[in-house]
Amino acid sequence: MEALTLLSWAFDATLGGTLMWLAWRTLASEDLFKGIVLFIAFGLLMALAWVRLDAPDIALAEAAIGAGLTGALLLGALAKLEAGNEGSQPLSKNRSKLVNKSVNKPMRFRWLLVLLPMLLLLVLAGGLGYAILNLPSQAVGLSLQVAGNIEASGVSNPVTAVLLNFRAYDTLLEMAVLLLAVIGIWSLAVVPESRESAPGAVLDMLSRLLVPLLILVSGYLLWVGGHAAGGAFQAGSVLAAAGVLLLLTGWRPSARFAGWPLRFSLILGLVIFVLVAVLMLLLGESFLEFPLRIAGALILLIEAAAALSIGITLASLFLGSRPQPDQSSSNQSARREELGAQER
Amino acid sequence: MSLTDILTILLLSAGAVFFLAGTVGLLRFPDVYTRLHALTKADNLGLGLLLAGLALQAESWTAVAKLLLIWLLILLASSSVAHLVVRTAQRRGIKLWKR
Repeated sequence: MEALTLLSWAFDATLGGTLMWLAWRTLASEDLFKGIVLFIAFGLLMALAWVRLDAPDIALAEAAIGAGLTGALLLGALAKLEAGNEGSQPLSKNRSKLVNKSVNKPMRFRWLLVLLPMLLLLVLAGGLGYAILNLPSQAVGLSLQVAGNIEASGVSNPVTAVLLNFRAYDTLLEMAVLLLAVIGIWSLAVVPESRESAPGAVLDMLSRLLVPLLILVSGYLLWVGGHAAGGAFQAGSVLAAAGVLLLLTGWRPSARFAGWPLRFSLILGLVIFVLVAVLMLLLGESFLEFPLRIAGALILLIEAAAALSIGITLASLFLGSRPQPDQSSSNQSARREELGAQER
Repeated sequence: MSLTDILTILLLSAGAVFFLAGTVGLLRFPDVYTRLHALTKADNLGLGLLLAGLALQAESWTAVAKLLLIWLLILLASSSVAHLVVRTAQRRGIKLWKR
């Protein structure tokens, strides 16, 4: 037993050290592409750290969203930056030049720029250390309260019980944040990029095999969330992974889907959530409180709608601009010519 | 320690050796093609051995089926991705390494 404890200590220490090192390399790398790849590796190891902390739900979410989708988003953003930067120097080299220039200017107070953040970091680290040392060694947090009330939540997975019942407004607001992100991107991205392209044979076969499977896994995660690790965010991110795969193979949402069906599925999760909450309010419960008899079914309904919306929201984030509804092709080519003329 | 445990340890160790060899190859081989060659050994054989070792300890046949599914999915993904990487490398005109 002694050797096993030592081994797990060694594993955790290696994991923690590697995480710190990866975080440092991610921030310090001059090459943006390298930074993104390191960030993805950081996310995957972070998921492993969550597993070590007995939090498989967060591990799933971290691997799918933190490493997978955020990595895809960052790589997509980098590709767009470099496409916009064509002809000039590659971005990664430009960056170091910019950084040097801005640092070199105020030579007199340079030591202050180093000292001040160091002091702030020391204060922060000291405060955190103090807080941790003051924690009782066997802290249970709120887990006893959750375990005591789990019967009333309608599900048996404590994480889902907290996310969808005890602290449902957190989840509600998170979904609103995701929706806001899409609206923000849509209002910023001007030129719609909706060229469809045919993938190669291998990519075509891979996507045809994987996309139905991903949808199946998403449904499984949604269902299993009631009693084990899983839930709306995990299911939604797997769904989004299917969307990203389709977008990468060159598929674009058809014009018929790009209008109100897309918008409807984007807001569906939030709408169902609010509708259920308001309905319960009208039935005499308080806001976001579910009666025990139907709590399980209501949570599943909310989670199903939420998973769909989260999946489509995240995939829309990856697409990066608002897909144009019908009659777009003529408008688009006109717009592109217009832009081309401006550039000339 | 039962025979299954010994077999599991053997399989896991063999898998770890393949992963180590694949990682060393990834770091030390000269060009993208040879590096991919090293990597596929870790993905295909190393992971297969690891999962076989874990399957021996599985509590139910569902768990074994899930492990098998994981292996097949990773085989599919890694071989496809290797193909895509090599095709992109060829299109960019990266020459094969010669001594």
